[in-house]
Amino acid sequence: MIGYYFVLAIRSLKRNVVLTVLMVVAIGVGIGASMTTLTVFRAMSGDPLPGKSAQLFVPQIDNWGPKKRGSGARARAFKLPNQLTYTDAIGLMNARAARHQSAMYASGLPLIPANPALQPFVAHIRAASADFFPMFAVPFAYGAAWSAADDSAHAAVAVLSHELNDKLFAGANSVGRTVNLDGLEYRVVGVLEHWEPIPKFYDLTDEKFGQGAGVYVPFTRAIEAHMNPWGSVNCRDDTESGWEGRLRSECIWIQFWVELPTPADAARYRGFLHSYASEQLRSGRFDWHAETALRDLPQWLQFNDVVSDEVRILVLVSFSFLFVCLLNAMGLMLAKIMGRSREIGIRRALGANRGAIFMQCLIESAVIGLLGAALGLLLTHLGLLGLRALLSESIAALTHLDVLDIGIVILVAVASAILAGMYPTWRAAQVQPAWQLKGQ
Amino acid sequence: MLKMTNLSKAYRTEIVETYALRDFSIHVQAGEFVAVTGPSGSGKTTFLTIAGLLEEFTGGEYQLDGEDVHGLDDSRRSRLRNEKIGFIFQAFNLIHDLNVFDNVDVPLRYRGFNAAQRRRRIQASLERVGLSARSRHYPAELSGGQQQRVAIARALAGEPRLLLADEPTGNLDTQMARGVMDLLEELHRDGATIVMVTHDPELAVRAQREVHVVDGQVVDLTAQPRLVGTAPQAQA
Repeated sequence: MIGYYFVLAIRSLKRNVVLTVLMVVAIGVGIGASMTTLTVFRAMSGDPLPGKSAQLFVPQIDNWGPKKRGSGARARAFKLPNQLTYTDAIGLMNARAARHQSAMYASGLPLIPANPALQPFVAHIRAASADFFPMFAVPFAYGAAWSAADDSAHAAVAVLSHELNDKLFAGANSVGRTVNLDGLEYRVVGVLEHWEPIPKFYDLTDEKFGQGAGVYVPFTRAIEAHMNPWGSVNCRDDTESGWEGRLRSECIWIQFWVELPTPADAARYRGFLHSYASEQLRSGRFDWHAETALRDLPQWLQFNDVVSDEVRILVLVSFSFLFVCLLNAMGLMLAKIMGRSREIGIRRALGANRGAIFMQCLIESAVIGLLGAALGLLLTHLGLLGLRALLSESIAALTHLDVLDIGIVILVAVASAILAGMYPTWRAAQVQPAWQLKGQ
Repeated sequence: MLKMTNLSKAYRTEIVETYALRDFSIHVQAGEFVAVTGPSGSGKTTFLTIAGLLEEFTGGEYQLDGEDVHGLDDSRRSRLRNEKIGFIFQAFNLIHDLNVFDNVDVPLRYRGFNAAQRRRRIQASLERVGLSARSRHYPAELSGGQQQRVAIARALAGEPRLLLADEPTGNLDTQMARGVMDLLEELHRDGATIVMVTHDPELAVRAQREVHVVDGQVVDLTAQPRLVGTAPQAQA
C-alpha cells in the first residue's frame, strides 16, 4: 500500500500546483535557513578526534596567583590560564606522568626551497614533542615522526604537512631530503597525509579554525634555535628581556597536552598536578597554593568558547524561523487536506479505515517534505556560499555540505513536513464519511 | 442479510435531542431487491448510512449478514464495509483525478488483493456494466449514466453480499435512469441483494418489495399501511 499512497500523493500534489509550491517553499526556506546555521554549528562543535577525545587532556596551572585573579566580579570571571610557562611545560615534560605528552607552540621561519623555481616564503612551524603524532593519531603519508632521542638531541629534523610537501617536492616521498629553515637544513623524517582537525583543538589561542603548520620540528630544537612564538603570549608582569628571560618568566605561551587512556590515569594525573603545585609553593616560586585543572578535549573546547554564544543564538533563531515556516506549511496542508474531505469520505465508504487515511495523508506530507528537502538543500548550499563570502577564510572552510549534512537536511525536512502534516492528517482521519456523502 | 430491530438514531445537542430514526425495524433477506421510499427528511439516507456502517446508531440492534455490528471498532466496520457492502450514490462519488480503472480499483486496494486479482476483477466489473472500453477515461469525460455505471462497477468489483443504492438515478435523465435500473434488475436476477433508497414511486415499483419511511419510522406498504411505533419528536 505504501507504493499506492505514494502514487496518490504525487497525483494529489499535481492537482493543486500553487498550493504544493507554497508548501514546498515554506518548508524549503525554513530548512535552508536552519540547516545553513546548523551545518556551521555542527562543524564548529564537532569532535575533532572521535574515539580519542576523552583520553586527551590539557593541564592548567594558576601561575599568576591571587594578584591577577583580583576580587569581586573580576574574580568570578577569572579563568585559569589557558597555556603554560616554559618552566611548567618543562617541569611536566620531565615528570613524564602520562602515556604521551607534548609541549608545543606555533612559530614561523623563512623557508628557502631547494627548487630555484620557487620563491622563499615564511613557513608556519609547530614546535612539538615526538609524542604529538601518536597522541593525536596524526596520519603519515611517508616516513614517521621523529624519535624521543631526536627530542633529547635537539635534532634538526622535520615533518612536513601534505600541502607543503606538495609545494616543495610535488607530492613525492621527501623523507631523507632537507628543507632550509632560516639558513639551517632540517632533515625530513616524515610527511603527513592531509590533517586538519576542526576545530584546531591543540592550539586555540590564535585561530580556532584553520590550517595547521607546514613544518613540524622538535620542541627542544625550536627552543634551542630561539624560534619566537607566533601565538599569544601573556605575562603576569614585566619580564626580563631576551630569550632566556622569556624562558624564565611567568609568561604563558606554551600549549601542553597529555594522553591519559583511563579515568584512573586521569585521576592519578590530577593528583600529580596538585603535588606539582605544592612543590612550587615549597620551592618559593609561588607564595600561594596554585589552583590546577585537567580538562579533557570536549571540556577544553567549551572552556575556550569554540562555539560562541552568537552562533548558538543564530541557530536558535533560525530554528524558530523553521518553526514559523512549519506553522505556515501546516495551515496550507490543513487547507489542502480538508479540501479533499469528499474524496476521504468516498475512500472511507469504500473500506479505508482511519489508519489507511492517516497513512495516505502522512505519506503525502512526507513527499512534500522530500520536495522541501530538495529545495532546502539548494538553499542551504546557497546559504553556505553566502557565508563563505561574508566570513573569514578559516570559518569559510567549514561551510560545506558532507553526506551526513545532506542526510540531516533530508531527515529534518521530512520530519518537519510530517510534523506539520500531523494535525491536518489527524483531522482527515476524523472525517465522517456519512456527513460527506449525505452532503452531496 | 440485513436485519434492524427497533433501531434508533438521535442527534443530540446541549438542549435538544432529535430522532432521525426511531423504532426502525427492517429485515432484508438475501437475494431481495427492496426499495426504501419516503419524502425528503424522512430518514431514508440516515437508514442507508447506518446500514452501510458509515454512521453509528443510538439504540436497537443491527445484524449484517448474521453479525451484530453494534460496538465494532472502526477497523472492523471498515473491513465489513469493504468486504460485504457495495455503495451506489446519487452523485456517483467517483474520484475525479482517477480514471475509470483506478476508481474501480479503490475498494480492491483496501481489500488487499494483489495486482493480478485486482486487474481481473476490474475488467470483469467494467465488462459487466459495458464500460471496458472506457477504462482509461476520466469521470469528466463520461456522461452521467456512464459515471453511474462506473460507480456500479466499483460497487460490484469486490463481489459484496449487499448493494446499497442511494437515489441511483437521481442525477440522471430518464433514458440514462432506465439503463441504470435495467442494470440493477439484471444484477438482482443474478442473485444480488439490493436495497435502494428512492423517492420516485416509478422506480420503487420495479423493486421486489417497497418499504416506506415516514418521520424515521417504517410503514410496510405490502402489508397494511400502519405506523410502527410512535411519531418522532424533538425532546427539549
